Amino acid sequence: MPSATVRARIRPGLWASVLFIALIVLAALFPGLLTSGSPADTNIVATLSPPGGEHLLGTDANGRDILTRIIYGARPSLLTGLGATALGVVSGTLLGLLASLGGRVADEIVMRLGDMVLSLPSLLLALLILSVIGPGAVGTLYAIAIYTIPVYARLVRVQTMVIRRSLYVEAARSLGLSGPRIVARHILPNAFAPILVLATIEVGTAIVAVSSLSFLGFAAQPPAPEWGAMLAGGKDYFGIAWWVAVFPGLAITLTVLSITVTGRWLQRRVEGRAA
Amino acid sequence: MKHAGKRWPSRRRHLLSAALIRLGTSLLVLWGAVTVSFSALLLTPGSVEDALIGTSNVSPLVRQQIVADYGLDRPLIAQYGSYIGNVLTGDLGHSYKLHQSVTSAVGTQLGDSVELALGGMALALVASVALALFTAHRARWLRGLSSGVELIGISIPTFWVGILLLTFFSFQLGWFPSTADSGPASLVLPSVAVAVPLTALLTQVMREGLELALDEPFVLTARARGMSDFGVRLRHALRHALLPVATLTGLMLGSLIGAMVVIEQVFNRQGIGRLVLTAVKEKDLPVVMGVVLLSALIYVVVSTVLDLLYRVIDPRLRGAQ
Repeated sequence: MPSATVRARIRPGLWASVLFIALIVLAALFPGLLTSGSPADTNIVATLSPPGGEHLLGTDANGRDILTRIIYGARPSLLTGLGATALGVVSGTLLGLLASLGGRVADEIVMRLGDMVLSLPSLLLALLILSVIGPGAVGTLYAIAIYTIPVYARLVRVQTMVIRRSLYVEAARSLGLSGPRIVARHILPNAFAPILVLATIEVGTAIVAVSSLSFLGFAAQPPAPEWGAMLAGGKDYFGIAWWVAVFPGLAITLTVLSITVTGRWLQRRVEGRAA
Repeated sequence: MKHAGKRWPSRRRHLLSAALIRLGTSLLVLWGAVTVSFSALLLTPGSVEDALIGTSNVSPLVRQQIVADYGLDRPLIAQYGSYIGNVLTGDLGHSYKLHQSVTSAVGTQLGDSVELALGGMALALVASVALALFTAHRARWLRGLSSGVELIGISIPTFWVGILLLTFFSFQLGWFPSTADSGPASLVLPSVAVAVPLTALLTQVMREGLELALDEPFVLTARARGMSDFGVRLRHALRHALLPVATLTGLMLGSLIGAMVVIEQVFNRQGIGRLVLTAVKEKDLPVVMGVVLLSALIYVVVSTVLDLLYRVIDPRLRGAQ
């Protein structure tokens, strides 16, 4: 009974989420398909014009069309979000494997280092890293990824420890398969589903992190059509033009919300299969 | 009860060893934070004396004097040793830009942030208890609505919540001041912004706990005694739901410095967040490191206290490792 009710309840939200993600991906890949304008086009006679008419979501203080800028802003947000997540997954998986298969000393070192990283607030850690390697796209990627590395490492470690005791790994070993081969052919594929689920949800978290850093003046700088940077650039006009404050934030929130909804649905499916 | 005399010593031993393990891990985390901070100082492009001198033009002699004053000509290991020694005595070094020690810079900014953090935390706790009590095991549409709102609360970026509150309740409606120095009223909007994501997360956890507790036999017993539904929720079920909430609240306290950075920027408030943000922009690393250490310290203290408190609150955990 529970699975049936869950399914019936989440379907509309899930479809809307998937559709919205598809739209954002399309905007990131081919922004020209969704808008004819350019994010840098200024219109001096139409500065801060309210939503409606020619400018569906209004214009900012320089007369730039907000909808166009939001569409062009999808690419940097998605790229950094996916990039940081990929960096976290790959490094975390390698460290998790090292911890679970590399013996007790390696395990202790990796796990305690992870504890240290996780003991700091993620944004503070990102700022510390940015203050060392300096702002910019690469710095931002590392700054956001570092906090997720121990999370994936822990997950992979636990998964590996369970899987390596399973019968099929024992069977593979008794068939004479080498250690690396067992890891690549049996352990990793079986640990993959929960990692993928976590990574899906983490893309959303990473996108919020990117936009927060951009808003604070790191990552993307204001003239760039990035969602967080758009909010930072419009800061002085919120009092007279609410649309400058609302729409870029709405783009971030809807994107993250869609990713979270989809990720949680995946999570339920994977957990349901494992149970 | 019969075995109480026998079990007590082993229980105490468990508590002691658990406390020792915690203390060891805590020291490790703090040492790690100190070491990471020190490495950060070394790894930063540009030498420390450049950061100290800034853009002003100085003669080589003065530069030499600065290097000698700060002990930058000593071997790394000696610098590291004296850095650890200083941190142990509470001396976090001197700000490159602020003309004061890191300890006093952090000290003067701490008050405003603590005020905001406590305001936000209190608001979140009250709101989430009320929401969870109201929605646990209720009609499906109500729970659906609540969990939908919680999902939005978790997904929404904190700085945008702040911007929306500022735009609508301050600029448009004029209900609250937009400046930080207008008494208690200026604390309302920032506290709400801090509280939104916390409330969403806490409500989820608390409702799950409440629903589990409401299925327990003791709830049936209480109902059979003729207790009202609200009484059962408040007096019996809530206590069970509060245990995981205590952990989560503790962990949130540590992460609040991150929220402070964003919220203080949005609302133009003074505080730790603003201090560290300015320090990062100006490459004032001793201040950045000071805040990082403070944050690690908060985490360590909170999680140690929680861990020990947990065993006191929940008798079931006393025998656990």
